[in-house]
Amino acid sequence: MKLELDDIQHYLLTRPNARIAQYDFLTFRNPESGRNWISALLHTVGNVESVLKSEDTDMRWVTIAFTYNGLKALGVTEECLSTFPDPFKQGMSARAKMLGDTGENHPDNWQDNITSPDLHAVIILFARDRIERDRCVKEHRKYLVKNPGVEILSTLLLEAIPPFDYVHEHFGYRDRLTTPVIEGMNVTPSPGSHPPSKPGEFILGYPDETGEIQPLPKPEILTKNGSYLAYRKMQEHVGRFRDYLKSNGNTIEEQELVAAKLMGRWRKSGAPLVLCPDKDESEVGWDDNKNNNFDYAEMDPHGYACPVGAHIRRMNVRDKSVSGIMNRRLIIRRGGTYGPHLPDDAPEDGADRGIAVFAGCADLSRQFEFLISVWSNDTEFMELNERDPFCGTQDGTLDFAIPKRPIKRKLKGIPAFTNVRGGAYFFLPGIKALKYLSDLR
Amino acid sequence: MNNKEWSTPKAVAISKDTKDWEKGRYGPVPPKSPSCYGFSVIAKVKPGREQVVRDYGKTIEAAIKGDPNVLAPLKLHYLKWVLFDVGSGLHFMYQGIFDTDFDKYVEDAIDLFNKTGISTVFENFEDWPEDWRTNVPAVSKFFHEHQHNSFLEYGEYPFVSADEIKKALKLKASFEDMLDQMQ
Repeated sequence: MKLELDDIQHYLLTRPNARIAQYDFLTFRNPESGRNWISALLHTVGNVESVLKSEDTDMRWVTIAFTYNGLKALGVTEECLSTFPDPFKQGMSARAKMLGDTGENHPDNWQDNITSPDLHAVIILFARDRIERDRCVKEHRKYLVKNPGVEILSTLLLEAIPPFDYVHEHFGYRDRLTTPVIEGMNVTPSPGSHPPSKPGEFILGYPDETGEIQPLPKPEILTKNGSYLAYRKMQEHVGRFRDYLKSNGNTIEEQELVAAKLMGRWRKSGAPLVLCPDKDESEVGWDDNKNNNFDYAEMDPHGYACPVGAHIRRMNVRDKSVSGIMNRRLIIRRGGTYGPHLPDDAPEDGADRGIAVFAGCADLSRQFEFLISVWSNDTEFMELNERDPFCGTQDGTLDFAIPKRPIKRKLKGIPAFTNVRGGAYFFLPGIKALKYLSDLR
Repeated sequence: MNNKEWSTPKAVAISKDTKDWEKGRYGPVPPKSPSCYGFSVIAKVKPGREQVVRDYGKTIEAAIKGDPNVLAPLKLHYLKWVLFDVGSGLHFMYQGIFDTDFDKYVEDAIDLFNKTGISTVFENFEDWPEDWRTNVPAVSKFFHEHQHNSFLEYGEYPFVSADEIKKALKLKASFEDMLDQMQ
């Protein structure tokens, strides 16, 4: 079944070469303004086909997605709304306890008005640099002036941080090493990566890994070629992280090894510990034929190289005895860093910095919520009595085991290297669906 | 598990009221008891299907023989399938003891049920959703609605997981082997 690339928003299937992005979170004070705003912006929304054909430097494409309350505010009928799945209807903050977003990660501490019932939509703007970003923002403001019923609740600026020669987050870990490949996009997965996923794992209206097309929420014109996006804003406490490494490693090399053990990959190159257990090997990290070509069951069953609780080993288990359906737990991650870079030798400056990510999937519960509630936050996972050191809820009460002969080493009292500062569920409609929404009366 | 908690047998009476139970992705989750997690699902068998259901015993036996680790992701201790009729028609009871609550791994369970043929036995029971292959929430709802909570659970070695038992037995075997080698 061929993907309707001219009807799917580009956001999850292409990756613009952008260094800057801006998220504007919006509310519709009345349905007409919302519809008119969509109608006016429709020509700027990139579909996969047009974005793939355009120049690498072309960043003018925007992305628009809606919350459940947003679809309601635009006038989608109750009868149709009732056919959407519960997680989307309830929203992320309503499901925080189940997800494990407790304590400091509780929605009471989330920012940007993100838990407001008035949150109706997000518009994502990409840019090469700040000048281009300012132009896009100015352009978007013109549309808002023309539709005064559409108001900005909050804005988040994302910007790549130095050094710019590799994609990484504030702790310094190289990012984007493992991304699902979708059947029909003519991309060959690198050795050791998942085989291409059936499109229905990410785009509604296509067969998924069961071979079936899941029933679409109604009306079909709204939901065919759409996806769900789980938004997650994670503050990163860089000073706290660096202090922890220093207090658990006497030399730079030891600190780097502790950082690698927590992640399962070396920071700078992303070389996996299973292949490079003792030191970073950049020729492995930078070689896509090697950097995912490993498993755990055969190559590192006890976790002597990559601890069983390491971030990449929890989130992508690569072991059939842990999960036979890893192909049904994948998400497409999009997003980047916000806040200023903290140079390696600088003390913690208290600035707000972190990552803000959208996880794309076809089933919020089976994919995103499972990853967070079970593999991130379940202390019973592999009987470790741990949570994920980066995306799990931590408060210094849990440890992290590093398997080692003759006896394992324990990193004591893992602090909150990160805190959840925002989250929401959105629906990313296809192009015809946007037109449908703009024509609602 | 706390150190030595396994050495003191423990019983827990479980209240009928489930309002304080944690909410999982698909509904309330029973708390862990001294006999770990588990469920007792009871469903009415469609008329005339007894032999078909009994024959599935052999099917499942063969599936596990073919791939002994096929059910590993479910973290099981035991499964018990029972057919009974106490005057209201033939019923099937499916009791399982797990180390993890069913809600967490319900999609894994459904996938494994499909692979091993467990799902198809459910087609012989009343209320089983026709679209079970694709409709995870409906399958989960069936299990929630047909699950009968225990009001008492007991563990001779409370809260011990199947993995811990297997590790202890492996250690014992290795130790015996070591002693043999030292003769």
